[in-house]
Amino acid sequence: MQTWLLILPLAADMECEMRNLTFAAGLLTATSAMAQTPVLTVYAPDYFVSEWGPGPKIEELFEADCGCDLQFKPGDLLPRILLEGERTEADAVIGLNTDVTKRARESGLFAPHGVDLSALTLPIAWEDEVFLPFNYGHTAFVYDETRLETPPESFDALLEAPDDLRLVIQDPRSSISGLAMVLWVQAIYGDGAEAAWDKLAPKVLTVTKAWSESYGLFTDGEADMVMSYTTSPAYHIIAEGDETKKAAIFPEGHYFMVELAAKVASTDQPELADRFMDFILGEEFQSMIATGNWSIPAALPRDQWPEGFQQLELPEKVLFYDEDEAAALREEAIEAWRQGLSR
Amino acid sequence: MAARAVALGAALLLAALTAGPLAAVLLRAGGLGTLGAPEWAALRFTVWQALLSAGFSVALAVPVARALARRRFAGRGALIALLGAPFILPVIVAVLGLIAVFGQNGVVSRALAVLGGPRIDIYGLHGVVLAHVFFNLPLATRLLLQGWLAIPAERYRLAASLGLSPWAVIRTLDWPLVRRIAPGAFAVIFTICLTSFAVALTLGGGPRATTVELAIYQSVRFEFDLGRAALLSLIQLAVALAAGLVALRLSGGQGFGTGLDRVVPRWDGRSFGARVVDGVAITAAALFLLTPLGMVVARGLPGLALMGAGTWEAAGHSLVVALGSTALCLAWALPLATKRGELFALAAIALSPLVLGTGLFLILRPFVNPFSMALPVTGVVNALMALPFALRILRPEAEAVRRDYARLSATLGLTGLAWLQLVLLPRLRRPLGFAAGLTAALSMGDLGVIALFADPDRATLPLQVYRLMGSYQMEAAAGAALLLLALSLGLFWIFDRGGRADAGA
Repeated sequence: MQTWLLILPLAADMECEMRNLTFAAGLLTATSAMAQTPVLTVYAPDYFVSEWGPGPKIEELFEADCGCDLQFKPGDLLPRILLEGERTEADAVIGLNTDVTKRARESGLFAPHGVDLSALTLPIAWEDEVFLPFNYGHTAFVYDETRLETPPESFDALLEAPDDLRLVIQDPRSSISGLAMVLWVQAIYGDGAEAAWDKLAPKVLTVTKAWSESYGLFTDGEADMVMSYTTSPAYHIIAEGDETKKAAIFPEGHYFMVELAAKVASTDQPELADRFMDFILGEEFQSMIATGNWSIPAALPRDQWPEGFQQLELPEKVLFYDEDEAAALREEAIEAWRQGLSR
Repeated sequence: MAARAVALGAALLLAALTAGPLAAVLLRAGGLGTLGAPEWAALRFTVWQALLSAGFSVALAVPVARALARRRFAGRGALIALLGAPFILPVIVAVLGLIAVFGQNGVVSRALAVLGGPRIDIYGLHGVVLAHVFFNLPLATRLLLQGWLAIPAERYRLAASLGLSPWAVIRTLDWPLVRRIAPGAFAVIFTICLTSFAVALTLGGGPRATTVELAIYQSVRFEFDLGRAALLSLIQLAVALAAGLVALRLSGGQGFGTGLDRVVPRWDGRSFGARVVDGVAITAAALFLLTPLGMVVARGLPGLALMGAGTWEAAGHSLVVALGSTALCLAWALPLATKRGELFALAAIALSPLVLGTGLFLILRPFVNPFSMALPVTGVVNALMALPFALRILRPEAEAVRRDYARLSATLGLTGLAWLQLVLLPRLRRPLGFAAGLTAALSMGDLGVIALFADPDRATLPLQVYRLMGSYQMEAAAGAALLLLALSLGLFWIFDRGGRADAGA
């Protein structure tokens, strides 16, 4: 008896269920139509995805003929992927810097990119099979020639400059450009790095957490020179028609900064990820990235750079530590900076 | 009984959201890290600057709050609302505003140059303290002001009819009030200054101004040393809780008993000397707090036109998050408005946002997609971060209402919802409005934990400011910051005004 009593309401439920199923089936067809478009998930730094960053243009160009949906996921790129491990949904990453490649490589989460590197036009040799460069620049102190008529002509001259020259720099412990800066000083002065920082200390107005704060202070007129990139003047030339911002070029050389992409080993879209890697060194991407990310394309001859980039003054001597050298020197370089500036 | 269960639930949720993420980070790290000499130096600097910052903020707030409590002048309400603004500005915006006033090329330096004086140097420990006072003086002022306004006006009338001298009024009414409110205000400001990072670094002028939070940032972002990050977080928590305990100890003294619960004009402070003192306090505070805000507005106006659709969308997301956080925070704060609740809640702002974010990420990752959770997580974390402030505002008055109306309510048999509706909430209207305004505004401006939970399609306004700055769009970023300031202040004003609608002030 009890069983029968139970069945009646169940039957009513069944009917209801059937209706739901039909509805669900409708949904399924809709989603499977969408699912036929494969999704390529790419982790990127936060500034990439804003309407002013390179993300939207990359997405537009790549989606034009990949038959896929490229989705950028912004945020703390490497910390997140290390926390996620092999369960990460990322198929590729873009926007890594050389200061984290050692750690990234050791995690085993990244696979060889398989791209022919002969097209690269970097000022240094690059044979990395895992991390693929897409644009570069160099550390440099940027100034406004209307405010600073006689900038120092060498790093030595900068150290000897009068103490009322006001510099803003970034903290090497919280910023990528800050770290490149201490490695730059380390590369020029070696064991004398601490003494160099000591000389620079009275001129360092302040140290900021990241590049943005420093650059904001510089454009506000608070500082005479800002630790930035050789490519920064190109932004002002092209976007603002302002030719007064210059990077001071020093004969001692400038530290090389490169941004990298990589394929994630656990990707469920290996073909698409490979295709994305090829696309990065292709002409379309390379012609766009200069004004998209305000950096020098990694695989494009100088005569094909946009006008404002061609007129940039670039260093003849380029300094660079590979990831093993940098890892070995990093602590020492940061400590020299800390000690030199703490006095 | 039901009230107890609700309070317990609120406390458990608080514990889960602070201890949980920390435990998750510890578990992942497999133990605590070790500290070197630079970290200990950072800890010393952190505690020292937080002590100075909180001390100055509270001490300077006393004359300002007293002046605002006993003066009536045109624009007083607007001034009080505006004074809340520094507290809710995103750090980067406020720092640029401060430097535009006190920097080498700032208003003050340029004015001095015209007079043939030297440029002032803001960078150093004094700069850090100046900035923290800029952020927190308004909070301390409002907390004290709230206390003064809660003294039944009959007490001042009685003092006047007894012919008490100004000094006797200070001794019998003002000083007990300061003793009751100031320690708690000190503790909450001390705690928030403990986790300072970008402000301390930028205005501190270099590595001497390294804080614990910077060491945590370095550990998480650059060295992936979660063990050390967890250890540093625990130390931060311990220092904050110690400060909270000391504050609880010190904040003795009963309230002023119940009055007739109505507004009566004040009789004290009518002498010429008192008027001058009050005038100076109000003018100095207004100049100090409003000039940098003026610079934020001036820098932002040209950028308003450059912002683009993304910024307006981000503003919409921020508004939704702020309103959600506010509702959650108030519902959370009411049952926790006790001494113990307030002490617990300090943990919420003492915990490094970066560790909190990393821990939440580790906990949520196996179950949900962190990208789709960006806005809800931001909302919850903002509510959590605002909780100590809401409690600091609500607790003294909630306790006073409980005490003062306990007998009446018991006689009438008012309990549960009826008590809440008829007794507690109406009496708490002013602090509730203030707490809601502050939470909403804080939630608009706070970047919180979004770094690991960033959603590509749904940025919040503070995030948008950072994204714009990261792409050389300094003008547009200044415009977006102005929009953020206007929206935060707008929300703050609406809620705060709502709370004061019948206060006659």
